[in-house]
Amino acid sequence: MEFSEFLNTYLLPTAIIVAQIFAIIVPLLVAVAYLTYFERKVIASMQLRKGPNVVGPFGLLQPLADGAKLFIKETILPSGANKILFAMAPMLTFILSLIAWAVIPFDAGMVLADINVGILYLFAISSLGVYGVIMAGWASNSKYAFLGALRSAAQMVSYEVSIGFVIITVLLCVGSLNLSAIVEAQKTIWFAIPLLPMFVIFFVSALAETNRAPFDLPEGESELVAGYFVEYSSMTFALFFLGEYANMILMSGMTAVLFLGGMVAADRHSTV
Amino acid sequence: MVQAIAFYAFAFVTIAAGVMVVSSRNPVHSVLYLILAFFNAAGLFVLIGAEFIAMILVVVYVGAVAVLFLFVVMMLDINFVELRQGFMHYLPIGALLGLILLVELFFVIGIWSFSEDGNMLAAVIPIQNISNTHALGNVLYTKYVYLFQAAGLILLIAMIGAIVLTLRSRPGVRKQKIADQLSRRSEDVLDVVKVKEGEGV
Repeated sequence: MEFSEFLNTYLLPTAIIVAQIFAIIVPLLVAVAYLTYFERKVIASMQLRKGPNVVGPFGLLQPLADGAKLFIKETILPSGANKILFAMAPMLTFILSLIAWAVIPFDAGMVLADINVGILYLFAISSLGVYGVIMAGWASNSKYAFLGALRSAAQMVSYEVSIGFVIITVLLCVGSLNLSAIVEAQKTIWFAIPLLPMFVIFFVSALAETNRAPFDLPEGESELVAGYFVEYSSMTFALFFLGEYANMILMSGMTAVLFLGGMVAADRHSTV
Repeated sequence: MVQAIAFYAFAFVTIAAGVMVVSSRNPVHSVLYLILAFFNAAGLFVLIGAEFIAMILVVVYVGAVAVLFLFVVMMLDINFVELRQGFMHYLPIGALLGLILLVELFFVIGIWSFSEDGNMLAAVIPIQNISNTHALGNVLYTKYVYLFQAAGLILLIAMIGAIVLTLRSRPGVRKQKIADQLSRRSEDVLDVVKVKEGEGV
């Protein structure tokens, strides 16, 4: 009797939540893997190359092969590095890019944690992303990594401000911090239309926040080799990579929720 | 039960991180422990149902203030041995400050538990079916609107002050004047000259 009670109050909800978490994370990681593949293919065709085409049909297994390669390689800890922080930085980046997905609504009521302050939570998590970068740059004990980290951190902190102001504009229109409410408020019209300038600002800031072209200055491959993660190898590097791409998808998700009507977009055809 | 466990976990980590902020040898580690302490304080806020304050704590203190701390501390070239030497010198005044804060804390708790008016000041459970963002906004923009505006004004003055203090115009600096550059016309600055062969201009 007591055991079944324990099972029902603690174990069962935990199991359900873990299952939901996996249902979010596994597609996300697959999406990240194929986003890299997609990017490489598109860049290749822009430069009149073929891109990855050897592993599997059309090179479709290339991301998996890359992942396996990075997993098998040796993890190198630089001798002058601060070992604990050096190992923690990529983990932090990766974890932060995953936990933000807890509040993104996928459909009406289909959200892991429907909290009251959803958008503030997203904003808080994205403002923490800068720590992974700074810690990586400092702990590597290398000039290039440190300078790269400073550039990257400065850029991320500055564009955070404009993202915050854009979010406030949207909140004034909605009157709630809940993401489902924000999506609900766009039933009649997407905020991208009345708030077009804000939408553009948000998009530009999102590019800067994720260090993508034309804001890929922090990477500085010609003078800083690659920015803050120069010293990283194998799985630690892979975590940075996964975190960065997951952040891009997250920023796109935020854009969709704030301006493009979220899941209402898919709903529209059935109601009209 | 889960809440109690969470409370003790957050509270223990907050205090442990606070101790490490003071005692850790490397200032960068100190700042990182400070961030951990902020984080756990935010966790405590969530536990008492103040999720708005918790998120603001993370956004403002962890996301902005601590980043600047970290920036400054990382760039400093600190001599750790020298830093240790002053420790005994500053110990009495530090201990005094700590003692004063402790006594004040006792006063606050004492008023809550013994005075009859004190119960009014203690945390009130917010009315249900209103989120605490709404509840906060309701008092902040009505009852305390003048204080709120005054706080904003003070921050504005601080901002202007910081700009005034750090902005200095040095002579002899070549600056780009974009308006001048754009208003240049090729007819004004270019002469097309027919040069005869073997003579030069």
